[in-house]
Amino acid sequence: MQDFLDSLIAQGYFSGVPTGLVYAVGMIVFAAIVLLVFILNVAGGTTFVERRVWARIQSRVGPNRVGPQGILQWLVDGIKLLMKEDLIPAAADRILFSLAPYIVMMGFVAAFVVLPFGSHLIIADMSVGILYLTAVTSLVVVGILMAGWASNNKWSLIGGIRSAAQIVSYEIPAGLSIFPIVLMTGTLSMQGIIRAQGWAPWNWFVFSTPFTFIAFFIFFTSALAEGNRTPFDLPEADSELVAGFVTEYSGVRYLIFFMAEWGNLYVIGAVVTTLFLGGWQIPPVTDNVVLRAILEFLTFFIKSYFWVLVAMWVRATLPRTRVDQLMSVCWKYLVPFAFINMLGTALWVVLFPNGDGVVHYFMFAIGVAIIVHFFRRVLFHLRRARIRERNELLLSPLS
Amino acid sequence: MNRQSYLGGIVDVCKTVLDGMAVTFSHFVRKPSTVQYPDRMPVRVQDTLPFRYRGILEVDLEICTGCLACERACPIDCIVIDATKDKAAGGMVMTRFDIDMAKCMYCGLCSEPCPTGAIHHTPEFEGADFSLESLIRRFVKDPVVAYKPKKKGEDDPRLLEMLDRGLRYVGEFADPDRPSADGAPAGAKEDAA
Repeated sequence: MQDFLDSLIAQGYFSGVPTGLVYAVGMIVFAAIVLLVFILNVAGGTTFVERRVWARIQSRVGPNRVGPQGILQWLVDGIKLLMKEDLIPAAADRILFSLAPYIVMMGFVAAFVVLPFGSHLIIADMSVGILYLTAVTSLVVVGILMAGWASNNKWSLIGGIRSAAQIVSYEIPAGLSIFPIVLMTGTLSMQGIIRAQGWAPWNWFVFSTPFTFIAFFIFFTSALAEGNRTPFDLPEADSELVAGFVTEYSGVRYLIFFMAEWGNLYVIGAVVTTLFLGGWQIPPVTDNVVLRAILEFLTFFIKSYFWVLVAMWVRATLPRTRVDQLMSVCWKYLVPFAFINMLGTALWVVLFPNGDGVVHYFMFAIGVAIIVHFFRRVLFHLRRARIRERNELLLSPLS
Repeated sequence: MNRQSYLGGIVDVCKTVLDGMAVTFSHFVRKPSTVQYPDRMPVRVQDTLPFRYRGILEVDLEICTGCLACERACPIDCIVIDATKDKAAGGMVMTRFDIDMAKCMYCGLCSEPCPTGAIHHTPEFEGADFSLESLIRRFVKDPVVAYKPKKKGEDDPRLLEMLDRGLRYVGEFADPDRPSADGAPAGAKEDAA
Protein backbone atom coordinates (compact mmCIF):
# COMPACT_ATOMS: atom_id res chain seq x y z
CA MET A 1 0.00 0.00 0.00
CA GLN A 2 2.74 2.41 0.96
CA ASP A 3 4.64 1.49 -2.19
CA PHE A 4 1.62 2.27 -4.29
CA LEU A 5 1.19 5.70 -2.69
CA ASP A 6 4.94 6.32 -2.99
CA SER A 7 4.86 5.59 -6.69
CA LEU A 8 1.81 7.83 -7.12
CA ILE A 9 3.65 10.64 -5.31
CA ALA A 10 6.74 10.02 -7.43
CA GLN A 11 4.65 10.36 -10.58
CA GLY A 12 3.42 13.73 -9.31
CA TYR A 13 -0.19 12.91 -8.50
CA PHE A 14 -0.20 14.66 -5.09
CA SER A 15 2.25 17.56 -5.54
CA GLY A 16 2.03 20.09 -2.70
CA VAL A 17 0.30 17.80 -0.20
CA PRO A 18 2.22 16.66 2.90
CA THR A 19 3.28 13.03 2.52
CA GLY A 20 1.96 12.05 5.94
CA LEU A 21 -1.50 13.30 5.06
CA VAL A 22 -1.47 11.35 1.80
CA TYR A 23 -0.53 8.21 3.72
CA ALA A 24 -3.24 8.71 6.36
CA VAL A 25 -6.00 9.44 3.86
CA GLY A 26 -4.82 6.63 1.64
CA MET A 27 -4.92 4.20 4.54
CA ILE A 28 -8.48 5.16 5.54
CA VAL A 29 -9.73 5.15 1.96
CA PHE A 30 -8.18 1.79 1.28
CA ALA A 31 -9.58 0.25 4.47
CA ALA A 32 -13.03 1.60 3.62
CA ILE A 33 -12.77 0.27 0.07
CA VAL A 34 -11.68 -3.13 1.29
CA LEU A 35 -14.38 -3.40 3.94
CA LEU A 36 -17.41 -1.85 2.32
CA VAL A 37 -16.84 -2.27 -1.36
CA PHE A 38 -14.92 -5.48 -1.45
CA ILE A 39 -15.64 -7.78 1.51
CA LEU A 40 -19.35 -7.00 1.73
CA ASN A 41 -19.97 -7.45 -1.96
CA VAL A 42 -17.75 -10.46 -2.40
CA ALA A 43 -19.32 -12.26 0.56
CA GLY A 44 -22.84 -11.32 -0.49
CA GLY A 45 -22.29 -11.89 -4.17
CA THR A 46 -20.80 -15.28 -3.42
CA THR A 47 -24.05 -16.41 -1.80
CA PHE A 48 -25.88 -15.49 -4.99
CA VAL A 49 -23.29 -17.09 -7.27
CA GLU A 50 -23.27 -20.20 -5.11
CA ARG A 51 -27.03 -20.58 -5.36
CA ARG A 52 -26.90 -20.15 -9.11
CA VAL A 53 -24.05 -22.64 -9.51
CA TRP A 54 -25.79 -25.27 -7.40
CA ALA A 55 -29.01 -24.69 -9.25
CA ARG A 56 -27.37 -25.29 -12.60
CA ILE A 57 -25.65 -28.41 -11.33
CA GLN A 58 -29.03 -29.66 -10.12
CA SER A 59 -30.75 -28.79 -13.45
CA ARG A 60 -32.55 -25.84 -11.92
CA VAL A 61 -32.35 -22.14 -12.72
CA GLY A 62 -31.81 -20.62 -9.30
CA PRO A 63 -32.71 -17.12 -8.12
CA ASN A 64 -33.29 -14.97 -11.20
CA ARG A 65 -36.08 -12.55 -10.36
CA VAL A 66 -34.64 -9.78 -8.16
CA GLY A 67 -32.85 -7.38 -10.45
CA PRO A 68 -31.28 -8.43 -13.75
CA GLN A 69 -30.65 -12.18 -13.57
CA GLY A 70 -31.45 -12.07 -9.85
CA ILE A 71 -28.17 -10.39 -9.07
CA LEU A 72 -29.71 -8.37 -6.23
CA GLN A 73 -31.04 -11.47 -4.46
CA TRP A 74 -28.29 -11.35 -1.85
CA LEU A 75 -29.14 -7.73 -0.99
CA VAL A 76 -32.78 -8.65 -0.49
CA ASP A 77 -31.83 -11.62 1.69
CA GLY A 78 -29.51 -9.39 3.70
CA ILE A 79 -32.18 -6.74 4.24
CA LYS A 80 -34.65 -9.43 5.25
CA LEU A 81 -32.22 -10.74 7.87
CA LEU A 82 -31.47 -7.21 9.09
CA MET A 83 -35.15 -6.62 9.74
CA LYS A 84 -35.65 -9.85 11.67
CA GLU A 85 -35.84 -9.92 15.42
CA ASP A 86 -32.48 -10.28 17.12
CA LEU A 87 -33.27 -12.98 19.63
CA ILE A 88 -31.09 -14.00 22.58
CA PRO A 89 -32.31 -17.18 24.33
CA ALA A 90 -33.14 -16.73 28.02
CA ALA A 91 -30.71 -19.45 29.09
CA ALA A 92 -27.86 -18.19 26.93
CA ASP A 93 -24.76 -16.44 28.21
CA ARG A 94 -25.69 -13.01 26.92
CA ILE A 95 -22.24 -11.48 26.66
CA LEU A 96 -20.49 -14.38 24.97
CA PHE A 97 -23.54 -15.02 22.81
CA SER A 98 -23.51 -11.48 21.43
CA LEU A 99 -19.75 -11.34 21.14
CA ALA A 100 -19.23 -14.60 19.22
CA PRO A 101 -20.26 -13.47 15.72
CA TYR A 102 -17.97 -10.47 15.90
CA ILE A 103 -15.00 -12.64 16.83
CA VAL A 104 -15.72 -14.90 13.87
CA MET A 105 -16.03 -11.83 11.68
CA MET A 106 -12.82 -10.37 13.06
CA GLY A 107 -10.86 -13.51 12.33
CA PHE A 108 -11.95 -13.39 8.73
CA VAL A 109 -11.61 -9.64 8.09
CA ALA A 110 -8.15 -9.58 9.66
CA ALA A 111 -7.01 -11.99 6.96
CA PHE A 112 -7.54 -9.25 4.38
CA VAL A 113 -4.67 -7.28 5.88
CA VAL A 114 -2.11 -9.51 4.19
CA LEU A 115 -4.00 -10.53 1.04
CA PRO A 116 -1.94 -9.22 -1.89
CA PHE A 117 -4.30 -7.90 -4.57
CA GLY A 118 -1.47 -6.45 -6.59
CA SER A 119 2.22 -5.67 -6.45
CA HIS A 120 1.34 -2.51 -4.49
CA LEU A 121 -2.24 -3.26 -3.47
CA ILE A 122 -1.70 -4.80 -0.08
CA ILE A 123 -2.63 -3.25 3.25
CA ALA A 124 0.50 -4.45 5.04
CA ASP A 125 3.17 -6.65 3.54
CA MET A 126 4.32 -8.22 6.80
CA SER A 127 7.50 -10.21 6.92
CA VAL A 128 5.50 -12.94 8.68
CA GLY A 129 2.52 -12.62 6.31
CA ILE A 130 1.51 -16.25 5.86
CA LEU A 131 2.12 -17.06 9.51
CA TYR A 132 -0.07 -14.12 10.51
CA LEU A 133 -2.75 -15.40 8.15
CA THR A 134 -2.84 -18.89 9.64
CA ALA A 135 -2.93 -17.31 13.10
CA VAL A 136 -5.87 -14.95 12.50
CA THR A 137 -7.93 -17.45 10.54
CA SER A 138 -7.73 -19.85 13.44
CA LEU A 139 -9.25 -17.11 15.59
CA VAL A 140 -12.51 -18.11 13.94
CA VAL A 141 -12.56 -21.28 16.00
CA VAL A 142 -12.69 -19.21 19.20
CA GLY A 143 -15.80 -17.44 17.98
CA ILE A 144 -17.44 -20.67 16.86
CA LEU A 145 -16.71 -22.45 20.11
CA MET A 146 -17.96 -19.39 22.00
CA ALA A 147 -21.17 -19.37 19.99
CA GLY A 148 -21.65 -23.08 20.56
CA TRP A 149 -21.13 -22.86 24.30
CA ALA A 150 -22.99 -19.60 24.94
CA SER A 151 -26.11 -20.74 23.10
CA ASN A 152 -26.76 -23.29 25.87
CA ASN A 153 -28.15 -25.72 23.33
CA LYS A 154 -26.90 -29.20 22.67
CA TRP A 155 -26.89 -28.84 18.88
CA SER A 156 -24.87 -25.66 19.17
CA LEU A 157 -22.45 -27.20 21.62
CA ILE A 158 -21.87 -30.31 19.49
CA GLY A 159 -21.41 -28.08 16.47
CA GLY A 160 -18.92 -25.90 18.29
CA ILE A 161 -16.96 -28.87 19.60
CA ARG A 162 -16.87 -30.48 16.18
CA SER A 163 -15.69 -27.24 14.66
CA ALA A 164 -12.94 -26.87 17.23
CA ALA A 165 -11.74 -30.44 16.69
CA GLN A 166 -11.89 -30.04 12.95
CA ILE A 167 -10.17 -26.68 12.66
CA VAL A 168 -7.42 -27.56 15.12
CA SER A 169 -6.76 -30.86 13.31
CA TYR A 170 -6.78 -29.45 9.82
CA GLU A 171 -4.50 -26.56 10.73
CA ILE A 172 -1.69 -29.10 10.83
CA PRO A 173 -1.81 -30.36 7.24
CA ALA A 174 -2.61 -26.83 6.06
CA GLY A 175 0.37 -25.42 7.91
CA LEU A 176 2.63 -28.23 6.78
CA SER A 177 1.62 -27.65 3.15
CA ILE A 178 2.70 -24.05 3.43
CA PHE A 179 6.16 -25.21 4.49
CA PRO A 180 7.31 -26.42 1.04
CA ILE A 181 6.57 -22.97 -0.36
CA VAL A 182 8.35 -21.26 2.51
CA LEU A 183 11.32 -23.61 2.09
CA MET A 184 11.57 -22.79 -1.58
CA THR A 185 11.21 -19.02 -1.24
CA GLY A 186 12.92 -18.52 2.10
CA THR A 187 10.32 -15.91 3.07
CA LEU A 188 6.99 -15.79 4.89
CA SER A 189 5.93 -12.54 3.25
CA MET A 190 2.97 -12.87 0.89
CA GLN A 191 4.52 -10.51 -1.66
CA GLY A 192 7.85 -12.34 -1.41
CA ILE A 193 6.11 -15.64 -2.18
CA ILE A 194 4.35 -14.17 -5.20
CA ARG A 195 7.51 -12.46 -6.47
CA ALA A 196 9.28 -15.83 -6.39
CA GLN A 197 6.79 -17.12 -8.97
CA GLY A 198 6.24 -16.07 -12.57
CA TRP A 199 3.19 -15.15 -14.60
CA ALA A 200 3.38 -18.30 -16.72
CA PRO A 201 1.59 -21.35 -15.29
CA TRP A 202 4.77 -23.49 -15.39
CA ASN A 203 6.47 -20.95 -13.15
CA TRP A 204 3.79 -21.28 -10.48
CA PHE A 205 4.69 -23.13 -7.33
CA VAL A 206 1.96 -25.71 -7.85
CA PHE A 207 3.97 -27.13 -10.75
CA SER A 208 7.46 -26.45 -9.50
CA THR A 209 8.06 -29.86 -7.86
CA PRO A 210 6.00 -33.04 -7.42
CA PHE A 211 5.86 -32.21 -3.70
CA THR A 212 4.26 -28.81 -4.13
CA PHE A 213 1.79 -30.37 -6.55
CA ILE A 214 0.58 -32.71 -3.81
CA ALA A 215 0.86 -29.95 -1.21
CA PHE A 216 -1.52 -27.88 -3.28
CA PHE A 217 -4.28 -30.49 -3.02
CA ILE A 218 -3.61 -31.10 0.65
CA PHE A 219 -3.77 -27.39 1.32
CA PHE A 220 -6.99 -26.89 -0.59
CA THR A 221 -8.66 -29.83 1.17
CA SER A 222 -7.53 -28.62 4.58
CA ALA A 223 -8.61 -25.08 3.78
CA LEU A 224 -12.09 -26.34 2.89
CA ALA A 225 -12.20 -28.18 6.21
CA GLU A 226 -11.04 -25.08 8.07
CA GLY A 227 -13.69 -23.00 6.36
CA ASN A 228 -16.37 -25.52 7.41
CA ARG A 229 -17.24 -26.25 3.80
CA THR A 230 -18.85 -29.39 2.47
CA PRO A 231 -17.69 -32.19 2.46
CA PHE A 232 -16.38 -31.10 5.87
CA ASP A 233 -19.31 -29.00 7.07
CA LEU A 234 -19.90 -31.12 10.17
CA PRO A 235 -20.13 -28.14 12.57
CA GLU A 236 -23.34 -27.01 10.92
CA ALA A 237 -24.51 -30.30 9.45
CA ASP A 238 -28.14 -29.39 8.82
CA SER A 239 -29.42 -32.93 8.81
CA GLU A 240 -27.83 -33.86 12.15
CA LEU A 241 -27.41 -30.66 14.15
CA VAL A 242 -30.21 -28.37 12.93
CA ALA A 243 -27.69 -25.63 12.12
CA GLY A 244 -24.85 -26.43 14.51
CA PHE A 245 -23.40 -23.45 16.30
CA VAL A 246 -25.75 -20.99 14.55
CA THR A 247 -28.92 -22.79 15.70
CA GLU A 248 -29.89 -20.12 18.23
CA TYR A 249 -28.84 -17.12 16.19
CA SER A 250 -31.14 -14.88 14.22
CA GLY A 251 -31.15 -11.53 12.49
CA VAL A 252 -27.95 -9.55 12.23
CA ARG A 253 -25.77 -11.99 14.14
CA TYR A 254 -26.83 -14.83 11.87
CA LEU A 255 -26.03 -12.60 8.91
CA ILE A 256 -22.56 -11.91 10.27
CA PHE A 257 -21.84 -15.61 10.71
CA PHE A 258 -22.78 -16.30 7.14
CA MET A 259 -20.96 -13.29 5.78
CA ALA A 260 -17.85 -14.60 7.52
CA GLU A 261 -18.39 -18.06 6.11
CA TRP A 262 -18.82 -16.97 2.51
CA GLY A 263 -16.14 -14.33 2.80
CA ASN A 264 -13.81 -16.97 4.19
CA LEU A 265 -14.33 -18.90 1.00
CA TYR A 266 -12.78 -16.03 -0.89
CA VAL A 267 -9.90 -15.90 1.59
CA ILE A 268 -9.25 -19.60 0.93
CA GLY A 269 -9.13 -18.91 -2.80
CA ALA A 270 -6.86 -15.93 -2.30
CA VAL A 271 -4.40 -17.87 -0.14
CA VAL A 272 -4.32 -20.77 -2.58
CA THR A 273 -3.69 -18.31 -5.40
CA THR A 274 -0.92 -16.56 -3.48
CA LEU A 275 0.89 -19.69 -2.41
CA PHE A 276 0.56 -21.92 -5.42
CA LEU A 277 -0.85 -20.10 -8.43
CA GLY A 278 1.35 -17.09 -8.99
CA GLY A 279 -0.88 -14.52 -7.29
CA TRP A 280 -1.11 -11.25 -9.18
CA GLN A 281 1.76 -11.99 -11.57
CA ILE A 282 0.97 -10.71 -15.06
CA PRO A 283 3.06 -10.64 -18.24
CA PRO A 284 4.98 -7.36 -18.69
CA VAL A 285 2.43 -5.54 -20.85
CA THR A 286 2.42 -1.99 -19.53
CA ASP A 287 4.46 0.43 -17.44
CA ASN A 288 1.53 2.56 -16.32
CA VAL A 289 1.24 2.11 -12.55
CA VAL A 290 -2.53 2.48 -12.35
CA LEU A 291 -3.27 0.25 -15.34
CA ARG A 292 -0.86 -2.34 -14.04
CA ALA A 293 -2.51 -2.26 -10.60
CA ILE A 294 -5.92 -2.83 -12.20
CA LEU A 295 -4.66 -5.71 -14.33
CA GLU A 296 -2.92 -7.31 -11.36
CA PHE A 297 -6.02 -6.95 -9.23
CA LEU A 298 -8.17 -8.55 -11.92
CA THR A 299 -5.71 -11.41 -12.37
CA PHE A 300 -5.64 -12.08 -8.66
CA PHE A 301 -9.38 -11.77 -8.28
CA ILE A 302 -10.21 -14.09 -11.17
CA LYS A 303 -7.70 -16.71 -10.02
CA SER A 304 -8.95 -16.65 -6.45
CA TYR A 305 -12.62 -16.56 -7.41
CA PHE A 306 -12.08 -19.59 -9.58
CA TRP A 307 -11.26 -21.53 -6.42
CA VAL A 308 -14.40 -20.18 -4.79
CA LEU A 309 -16.31 -21.67 -7.71
CA VAL A 310 -14.45 -24.94 -7.30
CA ALA A 311 -15.42 -25.01 -3.62
CA MET A 312 -19.08 -24.53 -4.60
CA TRP A 313 -18.74 -27.25 -7.18
CA VAL A 314 -17.20 -29.61 -4.61
CA ARG A 315 -20.06 -28.79 -2.28
CA ALA A 316 -22.56 -29.73 -4.96
CA THR A 317 -20.71 -32.97 -5.68
CA LEU A 318 -19.46 -34.65 -2.53
CA PRO A 319 -21.57 -35.82 0.40
CA ARG A 320 -20.69 -34.89 3.96
CA THR A 321 -18.08 -37.09 5.65
CA ARG A 322 -18.67 -38.81 8.95
CA VAL A 323 -16.86 -37.47 12.03
CA ASP A 324 -14.49 -40.45 12.26
CA GLN A 325 -13.85 -40.30 8.52
CA LEU A 326 -13.07 -36.61 8.85
CA MET A 327 -10.47 -37.29 11.50
CA SER A 328 -8.98 -40.30 9.71
CA VAL A 329 -8.62 -38.31 6.48
CA CYS A 330 -6.72 -35.67 8.40
CA TRP A 331 -4.48 -37.76 10.63
CA LYS A 332 -3.95 -40.90 8.56
CA TYR A 333 -3.67 -39.40 5.11
CA LEU A 334 -3.14 -35.65 4.96
CA VAL A 335 -0.71 -35.21 7.85
CA PRO A 336 1.74 -38.00 6.82
CA PHE A 337 1.74 -36.84 3.23
CA ALA A 338 2.22 -33.24 4.29
CA PHE A 339 5.27 -34.34 6.28
CA ILE A 340 6.63 -36.29 3.32
CA ASN A 341 6.12 -33.19 1.19
CA MET A 342 7.96 -31.03 3.64
CA LEU A 343 10.93 -33.36 3.91
CA GLY A 344 10.93 -33.99 0.16
CA THR A 345 10.96 -30.31 -0.60
CA ALA A 346 13.76 -29.72 1.89
CA LEU A 347 15.76 -32.41 0.11
CA TRP A 348 14.85 -30.94 -3.26
CA VAL A 349 16.02 -27.49 -2.27
CA VAL A 350 19.33 -28.97 -1.11
CA LEU A 351 19.78 -31.06 -4.26
CA PHE A 352 18.78 -28.39 -6.78
CA PRO A 353 19.70 -25.06 -5.19
CA ASN A 354 19.78 -23.29 -8.56
CA GLY A 355 16.47 -24.48 -9.97
CA ASP A 356 15.63 -27.83 -11.46
CA GLY A 357 15.55 -27.14 -15.20
CA VAL A 358 12.75 -29.10 -16.76
CA VAL A 359 10.82 -30.54 -13.83
CA HIS A 360 8.33 -27.70 -13.72
CA TYR A 361 7.54 -28.12 -17.42
CA PHE A 362 6.97 -31.81 -16.77
CA MET A 363 4.69 -31.10 -13.82
CA PHE A 364 2.81 -28.55 -15.90
CA ALA A 365 2.30 -31.21 -18.57
CA ILE A 366 0.89 -33.54 -15.91
CA GLY A 367 -1.48 -30.81 -14.77
CA VAL A 368 -2.66 -30.24 -18.33
CA ALA A 369 -3.07 -34.00 -18.79
CA ILE A 370 -5.30 -34.18 -15.70
CA ILE A 371 -7.45 -31.33 -16.99
CA VAL A 372 -7.70 -32.91 -20.45
CA HIS A 373 -8.64 -36.24 -18.88
CA PHE A 374 -11.23 -34.46 -16.78
CA PHE A 375 -12.91 -32.90 -19.81
CA ARG A 376 -12.87 -36.23 -21.61
CA ARG A 377 -14.75 -37.67 -18.64
CA VAL A 378 -17.22 -34.78 -18.85
CA LEU A 379 -17.82 -35.53 -22.53
CA PHE A 380 -18.18 -39.21 -21.66
CA HIS A 381 -20.86 -38.45 -19.08
CA LEU A 382 -22.67 -36.17 -21.51
CA ARG A 383 -22.65 -38.93 -24.12
CA ARG A 384 -23.88 -41.44 -21.57
CA ALA A 385 -26.79 -39.13 -20.75
CA ARG A 386 -27.55 -39.13 -24.53
CA ILE A 387 -26.88 -35.41 -24.80
CA ARG A 388 -25.68 -34.98 -28.36
CA GLU A 389 -27.38 -31.90 -29.66
CA ARG A 390 -25.83 -28.49 -29.08
CA ASN A 391 -29.22 -27.08 -28.05
CA GLU A 392 -29.43 -29.40 -25.07
CA LEU A 393 -26.49 -27.55 -23.55
CA LEU A 394 -26.51 -24.12 -21.98
CA LEU A 395 -23.02 -22.70 -21.68
CA SER A 396 -24.07 -19.15 -20.87
CA PRO A 397 -24.30 -18.29 -17.17
CA LEU A 398 -27.51 -16.38 -17.86
CA SER A 399 -30.84 -18.11 -17.66
CA MET B 1 -4.75 -51.66 7.44
CA ASN B 2 -2.21 -53.05 5.01
CA ARG B 3 -0.17 -51.03 2.58
CA GLN B 4 -2.21 -51.95 -0.44
CA SER B 5 -5.53 -50.86 1.00
CA TYR B 6 -3.96 -47.62 2.26
CA LEU B 7 -2.49 -46.59 -1.08
CA GLY B 8 -5.38 -48.11 -3.02
CA GLY B 9 -7.74 -45.98 -0.96
CA ILE B 10 -5.90 -42.83 -1.95
CA VAL B 11 -5.97 -43.75 -5.63
CA ASP B 12 -9.69 -44.58 -5.35
CA VAL B 13 -10.43 -41.25 -3.70
CA CYS B 14 -8.60 -39.33 -6.41
CA LYS B 15 -10.29 -41.25 -9.23
CA THR B 16 -13.81 -41.14 -7.80
CA VAL B 17 -13.65 -37.49 -6.81
CA LEU B 18 -12.43 -36.57 -10.29
CA ASP B 19 -15.18 -38.62 -11.89
CA GLY B 20 -17.83 -37.26 -9.55
CA MET B 21 -16.74 -33.74 -10.37
CA ALA B 22 -16.97 -34.64 -14.07
CA VAL B 23 -20.55 -35.88 -13.59
CA THR B 24 -21.62 -32.69 -11.84
CA PHE B 25 -19.79 -30.58 -14.41
CA SER B 26 -21.65 -32.35 -17.20
CA HIS B 27 -24.87 -31.36 -15.43
CA PHE B 28 -23.58 -27.83 -15.03
CA VAL B 29 -23.39 -27.29 -18.79
CA ARG B 30 -26.80 -28.80 -19.48
CA LYS B 31 -29.90 -26.76 -19.99
CA PRO B 32 -31.96 -26.51 -16.78
CA SER B 33 -35.20 -28.43 -16.93
CA THR B 34 -37.08 -25.84 -14.87
CA VAL B 35 -40.32 -24.55 -16.35
CA GLN B 36 -40.55 -20.92 -15.29
CA TYR B 37 -44.29 -20.64 -14.65
CA PRO B 38 -46.17 -18.38 -15.19
CA ASP B 39 -44.49 -15.33 -16.70
CA ARG B 40 -41.78 -16.91 -18.82
CA MET B 41 -43.79 -19.57 -20.63
CA PRO B 42 -43.68 -19.42 -24.43
CA VAL B 43 -47.49 -20.05 -24.43
CA ARG B 44 -49.93 -19.58 -21.58
CA VAL B 45 -50.58 -22.87 -19.83
CA GLN B 46 -54.32 -22.28 -20.17
CA ASP B 47 -53.99 -22.28 -23.94
CA THR B 48 -52.34 -25.68 -23.97
CA LEU B 49 -55.07 -27.41 -21.95
CA PRO B 50 -57.73 -29.60 -23.62
CA PHE B 51 -61.11 -28.19 -24.60
CA ARG B 52 -62.89 -30.06 -21.84
CA TYR B 53 -60.44 -29.22 -19.06
CA ARG B 54 -62.40 -28.62 -15.85
CA GLY B 55 -61.23 -25.24 -14.65
CA ILE B 56 -63.24 -22.35 -13.23
CA LEU B 57 -66.94 -22.38 -14.23
CA GLU B 58 -68.21 -19.83 -16.70
CA VAL B 59 -71.76 -19.02 -17.80
CA ASP B 60 -72.65 -17.54 -21.18
CA LEU B 61 -75.70 -15.72 -19.92
CA GLU B 62 -76.84 -14.81 -23.46
CA ILE B 63 -77.65 -18.44 -24.23
CA CYS B 64 -78.77 -19.56 -20.75
CA THR B 65 -82.36 -20.79 -20.89
CA GLY B 66 -82.96 -20.44 -17.16
CA CYS B 67 -84.01 -24.10 -16.89
CA LEU B 68 -82.27 -24.54 -13.48
CA ALA B 69 -80.97 -27.96 -14.55
CA CYS B 70 -77.48 -27.07 -13.39
CA GLU B 71 -78.68 -25.89 -10.01
CA ARG B 72 -80.49 -29.19 -9.50
CA ALA B 73 -77.53 -31.22 -10.73
CA CYS B 74 -74.99 -29.60 -8.43
CA PRO B 75 -74.27 -32.10 -5.64
CA ILE B 76 -72.97 -29.45 -3.24
CA ASP B 77 -75.35 -26.62 -4.09
CA CYS B 78 -72.73 -24.13 -5.09
CA ILE B 79 -74.97 -22.75 -7.88
CA VAL B 80 -77.81 -20.46 -6.84
CA ILE B 81 -80.26 -19.17 -9.49
CA ASP B 82 -83.25 -16.92 -8.88
CA ALA B 83 -85.54 -17.06 -11.92
CA THR B 84 -89.22 -16.25 -12.22
CA LYS B 85 -91.66 -16.52 -15.11
CA ASP B 86 -92.59 -13.07 -16.38
CA LYS B 87 -95.23 -12.95 -19.14
CA ALA B 88 -94.60 -9.28 -19.89
CA ALA B 89 -90.91 -9.85 -20.51
CA GLY B 90 -91.65 -13.01 -22.52
CA GLY B 91 -90.07 -15.87 -20.59
CA MET B 92 -87.93 -16.53 -17.55
CA VAL B 93 -86.34 -13.50 -15.90
CA MET B 94 -83.18 -14.22 -13.96
CA THR B 95 -82.28 -11.93 -11.11
CA ARG B 96 -79.41 -13.93 -9.73
CA PHE B 97 -76.94 -16.52 -11.04
CA ASP B 98 -74.21 -17.10 -8.49
CA ILE B 99 -71.59 -19.81 -8.48
CA ASP B 100 -69.51 -20.19 -5.34
CA MET B 101 -66.11 -21.29 -6.68
CA ALA B 102 -64.90 -21.81 -3.12
CA LYS B 103 -67.38 -24.68 -2.78
CA CYS B 104 -67.22 -26.00 -6.34
CA MET B 105 -65.53 -29.38 -6.61
CA TYR B 106 -65.08 -29.25 -10.39
CA CYS B 107 -67.16 -32.40 -11.00
CA GLY B 108 -68.71 -31.04 -14.19
CA LEU B 109 -72.17 -32.43 -13.39
CA CYS B 110 -73.74 -29.00 -13.94
CA SER B 111 -72.56 -28.65 -17.50
CA GLU B 112 -73.79 -32.12 -18.45
CA PRO B 113 -77.57 -31.40 -18.38
CA CYS B 114 -77.28 -27.89 -19.80
CA PRO B 115 -79.40 -27.79 -23.00
CA THR B 116 -77.30 -25.10 -24.71
CA GLY B 117 -73.92 -25.55 -23.10
CA ALA B 118 -74.21 -22.14 -21.48
CA ILE B 119 -72.58 -23.30 -18.25
CA HIS B 120 -69.19 -24.82 -18.89
CA HIS B 121 -65.74 -25.16 -17.41
CA THR B 122 -62.95 -22.98 -18.78
CA PRO B 123 -59.27 -23.90 -18.89
CA GLU B 124 -58.66 -21.08 -16.40
CA PHE B 125 -57.34 -22.51 -13.14
CA GLU B 126 -55.63 -19.62 -11.38
CA GLY B 127 -58.33 -18.96 -8.81
CA ALA B 128 -56.35 -17.80 -5.78
CA ASP B 129 -57.83 -14.82 -3.97
CA PHE B 130 -57.70 -13.05 -0.63
CA SER B 131 -61.25 -13.63 0.56
CA LEU B 132 -63.92 -16.30 0.24
CA GLU B 133 -66.52 -13.73 -0.85
CA SER B 134 -64.56 -12.76 -3.90
CA LEU B 135 -64.64 -16.38 -5.05
CA ILE B 136 -68.39 -16.16 -5.58
CA ARG B 137 -68.95 -15.46 -9.25
CA ARG B 138 -72.07 -13.35 -9.84
CA PHE B 139 -73.10 -13.51 -13.47
CA VAL B 140 -76.33 -11.46 -13.31
CA LYS B 141 -75.72 -7.76 -12.85
CA ASP B 142 -79.20 -6.61 -13.85
CA PRO B 143 -82.22 -8.92 -14.26
CA VAL B 144 -82.09 -10.52 -17.69
CA VAL B 145 -84.54 -12.45 -19.82
CA ALA B 146 -83.47 -16.02 -20.41
CA TYR B 147 -82.59 -17.25 -23.89
CA LYS B 148 -85.32 -19.02 -25.84
CA PRO B 149 -84.31 -21.43 -28.61
CA LYS B 150 -85.78 -20.35 -31.92
CA LYS B 151 -87.71 -22.83 -34.09
CA LYS B 152 -85.92 -22.01 -37.32
CA GLY B 153 -82.51 -21.97 -35.77
CA GLU B 154 -80.43 -19.11 -34.50
CA ASP B 155 -79.72 -16.26 -36.90
CA ASP B 156 -77.69 -13.91 -34.68
CA PRO B 157 -74.12 -14.83 -35.68
CA ARG B 158 -72.75 -13.96 -32.26
CA LEU B 159 -75.18 -16.21 -30.44
CA LEU B 160 -74.75 -18.88 -33.10
CA GLU B 161 -71.07 -19.01 -32.41
CA MET B 162 -71.72 -19.36 -28.66
CA LEU B 163 -74.30 -22.07 -29.26
CA ASP B 164 -71.98 -23.99 -31.55
CA ARG B 165 -69.31 -23.94 -28.93
CA GLY B 166 -71.72 -24.86 -26.13
CA LEU B 167 -73.25 -27.73 -28.04
CA ARG B 168 -69.88 -29.06 -28.99
CA TYR B 169 -69.00 -28.92 -25.29
CA VAL B 170 -72.16 -30.77 -24.28
CA GLY B 171 -71.88 -33.17 -27.20
CA GLU B 172 -68.60 -34.52 -26.05
CA PHE B 173 -70.26 -35.92 -22.94
CA ALA B 174 -72.29 -38.26 -25.11
CA ASP B 175 -69.34 -39.31 -27.22
CA PRO B 176 -66.11 -38.74 -25.31
CA ASP B 177 -64.09 -40.75 -27.83
CA ARG B 178 -64.86 -38.39 -30.65
CA PRO B 179 -61.88 -36.12 -31.33
CA SER B 180 -62.75 -32.68 -30.10
CA ALA B 181 -60.84 -30.90 -32.84
CA ASP B 182 -63.40 -31.56 -35.58
CA GLY B 183 -65.57 -28.72 -34.28
CA ALA B 184 -68.88 -30.09 -35.56
CA PRO B 185 -71.80 -28.21 -33.97
CA ALA B 186 -73.77 -31.48 -33.55
CA GLY B 187 -77.18 -30.14 -32.56
CA ALA B 188 -78.42 -33.72 -32.31
CA LYS B 189 -76.30 -34.20 -29.21
CA GLU B 190 -78.83 -32.25 -27.15
CA ASP B 191 -80.61 -35.48 -26.29
CA ALA B 192 -77.59 -36.39 -24.22
CA ALA B 193 -79.01 -34.07 -21.60
